[in-house]
Amino acid sequence: MGRLLDVQNIEDIALGAAVLGTGGGGDPYIGKLMAIEAIRQYGPVELVTVDEVPEDAWSVAIAMMGAPTVMVEKMPGGEECVQAYKSVQSYLGKPVNYIYSIEAGGINSTIPITLAARLRLPLIDLDGMGRAFPEIQMVTHTLYGITATPFTMADEKGNSAVLSTIDNRWMETFARGIAVNMGATAHIACYAATGKQQREAAVHGTMSLAEQIGRTIREARAAHVNVTQAIQDVTNGYLIFHGKLVDIQRRTVAGFARGEAILEGIGADAGSNLKVQFQNENLIAERDGEVIATVPDLITMVEEETGEPITTEGLRYGFRVNVICMPSHPHWRTEKGIKVVGPRYFGYETDFVPVEQRFGK
Amino acid sequence: MRIGIDVGGTNTDAVLMDGRKVVGWAKSPTTKDVSSGITNVLRALLDQTQASPASVSAVMLGTTHFTNAVVERKSLSRTAIIRIGLPATSALPPFVDWPEDLRAAISGEYHLVHGGYEFDGRPISALDDAEIKEAAAKIRDSGIDCIAISSVFSPVNPDQETHAAELVASVIPNAKISLSHEIGRIGLLERENAAIMNACLSHLAVRIVQSFRDALVGLGINAPFFISQNDGTLMSADFVEKYPVLTFASGPTNSMRGAAFLSGLKDAVVVDIGGTTSDVGVLSQGFPREASVAVRIGGVRTNFRMPDVLSFGLGGGSHVKTDPLQIGPQSVGYEITSRALVFGGNDLTTSDIAVAAGMADFGDKSRVAHLDKALVQASLERMWEMVEISVDRMKTAAGGVPVILVGGGIILIGDKLNGASELHRPEHASVANAIGAAIAQVGGEVDRVFSLDAIPRDKALQQAKDEATQRVLREGAIPDSVEIVDVEEIPLSYLPGNATRIRVKAVGSLAVE
Repeated sequence: MGRLLDVQNIEDIALGAAVLGTGGGGDPYIGKLMAIEAIRQYGPVELVTVDEVPEDAWSVAIAMMGAPTVMVEKMPGGEECVQAYKSVQSYLGKPVNYIYSIEAGGINSTIPITLAARLRLPLIDLDGMGRAFPEIQMVTHTLYGITATPFTMADEKGNSAVLSTIDNRWMETFARGIAVNMGATAHIACYAATGKQQREAAVHGTMSLAEQIGRTIREARAAHVNVTQAIQDVTNGYLIFHGKLVDIQRRTVAGFARGEAILEGIGADAGSNLKVQFQNENLIAERDGEVIATVPDLITMVEEETGEPITTEGLRYGFRVNVICMPSHPHWRTEKGIKVVGPRYFGYETDFVPVEQRFGK
Repeated sequence: MRIGIDVGGTNTDAVLMDGRKVVGWAKSPTTKDVSSGITNVLRALLDQTQASPASVSAVMLGTTHFTNAVVERKSLSRTAIIRIGLPATSALPPFVDWPEDLRAAISGEYHLVHGGYEFDGRPISALDDAEIKEAAAKIRDSGIDCIAISSVFSPVNPDQETHAAELVASVIPNAKISLSHEIGRIGLLERENAAIMNACLSHLAVRIVQSFRDALVGLGINAPFFISQNDGTLMSADFVEKYPVLTFASGPTNSMRGAAFLSGLKDAVVVDIGGTTSDVGVLSQGFPREASVAVRIGGVRTNFRMPDVLSFGLGGGSHVKTDPLQIGPQSVGYEITSRALVFGGNDLTTSDIAVAAGMADFGDKSRVAHLDKALVQASLERMWEMVEISVDRMKTAAGGVPVILVGGGIILIGDKLNGASELHRPEHASVANAIGAAIAQVGGEVDRVFSLDAIPRDKALQQAKDEATQRVLREGAIPDSVEIVDVEEIPLSYLPGNATRIRVKAVGSLAVE
């Protein structure tokens, strides 16, 4: 028997998920409200560790895909996640008794909680990224040969789709088109995996980590201690820059919000600049022209006083922020992992160097 | 000539302006009924300036009355909401994130009906007239006549909200209806929240606007009168009867706009030092910089345009504690004239320090002569440091910025502030707020998603600018005075067709003689 998640736990998870979202992943506000509503109506959700899941038991990831700006306008009806789940189960032909999050960063940390509450199924304490990424194939399960197929999608009207593709990159291509036709938001169920596969392929403990980050921020604020330091302590993160936002440029490239933010150093970093390039998520940080942090390590900006994580959409002139870089999961730091989510995949001509090699002493 | 009025928590201020010249000003305590405080201050102003009521061509008023009604849950009307969007949105019904007591105060009845639009304008489902009329009939049977209507993506296409309003009016003839697309921007919950708050203020708005009118008519002032809104622009009084929610946060906006006018600066940091707190804001092109995070009012999440203001506990009535030295945040507030040392009281306040240091001269100087010089100096330095830190937190570039000091508490500040390239103490700084109301402009805004593959960027921007300009002209602006003050483009990730959200704001001066 795992432990039960209550409303306070959900609040903490949503806040921590925004830190893991590295500027992207969608604002967790809507997801948080839906999870809280579901828990109020159906009761708390059981969170189990991967060790509690039998080797042959099936689990499925539930998520929303689409444009974060549309999600805050056309909110779900509530039945979409159930339909996506049921389709996966019927195409798989096996009972699926566990739910998990594919993306611990941003809104998809809380979307699976809504379904877990409704169906009274346990949620596994893991995810497929340990952060947020923009594309469907960018999950650690891909690295271990786990297929996104059968991939199901559902909208609020009752439409659904089941996709089967030769690899997970193709899934991204087809699913994106359907999501747009569904009104730029859809619920998806995918990456069905057994307990045995989850032990090997997933990023473990990330729901608890998000919750712990959120709780730490909340408690540090209440105690009036340094919130940024507290976040670093729970994430093994490094403070890579303290600065003020002086310029932001945004443009749309191939359907993604790309851009860069320029920070002017303050305090110990006075006299230096930091350029953060983002594509939904923060990907590269350059200090005075020299790369100091790259994807897949997590680059997050938090407000200097409150520790509030700032999304790339919310970046604004004059913000005073601390930039934290947190080590990514070892799965991503393999040759295979770097090929899927390394700086070169996103079009940056630089190699990945782990943050602790640059900043660790 | 025009009159600017600021109804604050402590004082009601009024100024008489002739063009760009301040002819005179007056202050009077704010009264519970608001209107007699306005009558008092206007009588004092007219007496002092010997101006005839007939020479007043317009009256502009800033008020926190409606904000306070929501915060205090007072005088609110029972309100129902119809949301158009099924089968979408039912996972999060209206009022989902409201404080329970506020929801209870206004009944919180809601109805979800079919309709709404996708981001690209396709209908989510067909609007069903019978369904809306049925909801309206239930609302009528509950005895509710204040109704908010929201619809998914109504900022992209308002037709369904407008049509639903006609249907509701046919069932409830005297209904007060608030439409979300007229009040808020993209973000259904926040926009709907604003529409609901607006609806629950409907009856109060009519009463308050009438009492303002009565106060003016009682003094023989028959000029049109306007009320300032959160973004520093004006609404006609008739407009406020329909959109009271738009007055939220107009106070800090007016003081910043007044500071811009008095100093002649368009880009600067404004420090407004009152009796209990100070507000620091940033002027950009003569308008207050807006907050980017969702602002909660009375516990309800909104996405209004709100000035980005940092408040801290320093004012002319702040307590000074000596061991260890501490300034504020407690304050003697409006009791300063009886409790401060120089006024014969027993509380050491920041004003006493200023008098002891020779920076101000009021009350009985001899009552602070005994104060230790080192204490006075240390207190001053602490106060200035509080202001310096706040200015530094708000400014957008390293190096010095021009700082404008306004409000009654500016006597606390010396000739220099670290981080300030210039320090301005404009004449009439103590009534900057009322002046800000008097000089407010009219504005218009467009916020919409464009597909930049279907229409070139230049054309999309031009279309948005033209529409914003048209809106300003409809508000009564002088055509030559209209200018675009803000253009914002946000690429919508994941959407094809290079979808971009474009927000344009235009403002213009009001045509008053």
